[in-house]
Amino acid sequence: MNTIIVLAYIVSSILFIFGLKMLSKATTAARGNQISAVGMLIAIVATLLYNGMDYKWIVLGMVIGGGIGTIAAIRVPMTSMPEFVALFNGTGGLASMLVGWVEYNKALGTSNIHELVPMIAIYLAILIGGVTFTGSMIAYAKLAERIDGKPFLYRGQQVVNALVLIVLVAAGVFYIAFPETVATLPAFYLALVLSLMLGVLVTIPIGGADMPVVISLLNSYSGLAACAAGFVISNTVLIVAGSLVGASGIILTNIMCKAMNRSLGHVLFSGFGAAGGTSASAQAEAGEVKAITAEDAYYVLEAASSVVFVPGYGMAVAQAQHAVRELGELLESNGAEVKYAVHPVAGRMPGHMNVLLAEANVPYEQLVEMDDINPTIENVDVCVVIGANDVVNPAAREDESSPIYGMPIINVDLARSCFVLKRSMRSGFAGVENPLFFKENTRMLFGDAKASLVALIDQFKGS
Amino acid sequence: MEMLLLLFTFVLAIFLGFELISKVPSQLHTPLMSGSNAISGISIVGALMAAGLAEDSKLGIALGLIAVICASINVFGGYLVTHRMLSMFKTKGGDR
Repeated sequence: MNTIIVLAYIVSSILFIFGLKMLSKATTAARGNQISAVGMLIAIVATLLYNGMDYKWIVLGMVIGGGIGTIAAIRVPMTSMPEFVALFNGTGGLASMLVGWVEYNKALGTSNIHELVPMIAIYLAILIGGVTFTGSMIAYAKLAERIDGKPFLYRGQQVVNALVLIVLVAAGVFYIAFPETVATLPAFYLALVLSLMLGVLVTIPIGGADMPVVISLLNSYSGLAACAAGFVISNTVLIVAGSLVGASGIILTNIMCKAMNRSLGHVLFSGFGAAGGTSASAQAEAGEVKAITAEDAYYVLEAASSVVFVPGYGMAVAQAQHAVRELGELLESNGAEVKYAVHPVAGRMPGHMNVLLAEANVPYEQLVEMDDINPTIENVDVCVVIGANDVVNPAAREDESSPIYGMPIINVDLARSCFVLKRSMRSGFAGVENPLFFKENTRMLFGDAKASLVALIDQFKGS
Repeated sequence: MEMLLLLFTFVLAIFLGFELISKVPSQLHTPLMSGSNAISGISIVGALMAAGLAEDSKLGIALGLIAVICASINVFGGYLVTHRMLSMFKTKGGDR
């Protein structure tokens, strides 16, 4: 029987590999997801074939968990997608951690407790799983705005983190090296609690706009946690699937970091934003802000032959994606060429804007990436910036003293004219003044993004 | 020896993972992330074994049960949400 199980694991590993490969191409992505789901089904069924399995807890757990997951997946609005991805990610990490805990519990009082490698694997499964779990929960809370999304910094933060890390390692070394003392079990629990704490400590200093990096990194961790759990129970399919996820998560994290021109270490440890705020706002900008009414904006848009929308997190907050698409269609039927330029880190997770625009039925031929729009942006009549700020900040190109200097941006300031839909003059996440707002060809359309768009749509329909 | 084989598998799979995904259009960043997130729910295999082979250990049963619940949320939620997302991506000439 065990041979059949192992063979089934090989099949499901192959399906995961193909599934992941297909997920990275637009035409095959949906298929790829289904193939990987079949792989998962095979792995689950194969596992149930092990001798001596008691199904009652399994069935109970799968009914409860499957029910919660299914309902959540069906009901979650697309605007809440970042926090739900974080939530699902966290549950995976917790499961891996618990697998480690259960195995340690089983090994207690047997000779297995002296086996070095499985004990190290248990330690790693609990460490990585625990960090993934609490880190994802903090990310969830920040994204869902249950807690403040700003970086949380305090004096001596690095020292506290370092201390936690040292005690965590010491506790681990102790319970692995001395498996049969009175202090062994307390050391194990200490390591477990500190792993959970570490996840909180490393995630709270990271601000909202760095979330795309954090989420993809946590995604990678959840894979590595599964991998460690695989070493704990000597299971190949866990190791293969876990490492695939770990590797792909790191690739995605890398793409996000490049899009911000920052290193991973800088994102994780700098607490960007809170620090840069004062110095940047001190330098007063020359020039004045020119506001525009919806009516005047309409006349410009009506005459434009090419319009590019640049969405940001503000579009998600205002849930304005449907209004954007409606205005885009009106402009198209008015004869203008309409495109949507998406910055890789716009929003709160990788690809956030693409998901929202797809939900609003924007055909993906109209979506263009940053590198494709920038060379031709001088020929664009109007750029409409909707709730984006740092990703269109020309200071990243011009001002060497700016904290975001060097970050690739969409050069909306080089277009013939630029409308910025914005609630107020508040600076963006990075706390950096945006010289774009003071440029000669920029007009500010103040107000809620959705309300402003609806006003423009009404102007078009009224004409 | 068995551990070494597992280590071998691990190293190869990591390399495979890096080779597998080279250039991803930003369009697919979210689906790739949530799709691979669903795959990381593979820890359900460990959870099932923990819950199914716990025997009489009360702590084992409790932890195993929670592990199965969590991993199932990850698996079911992850795949369905990815599917929902991908079915929204349509082309202009397609079935809009």
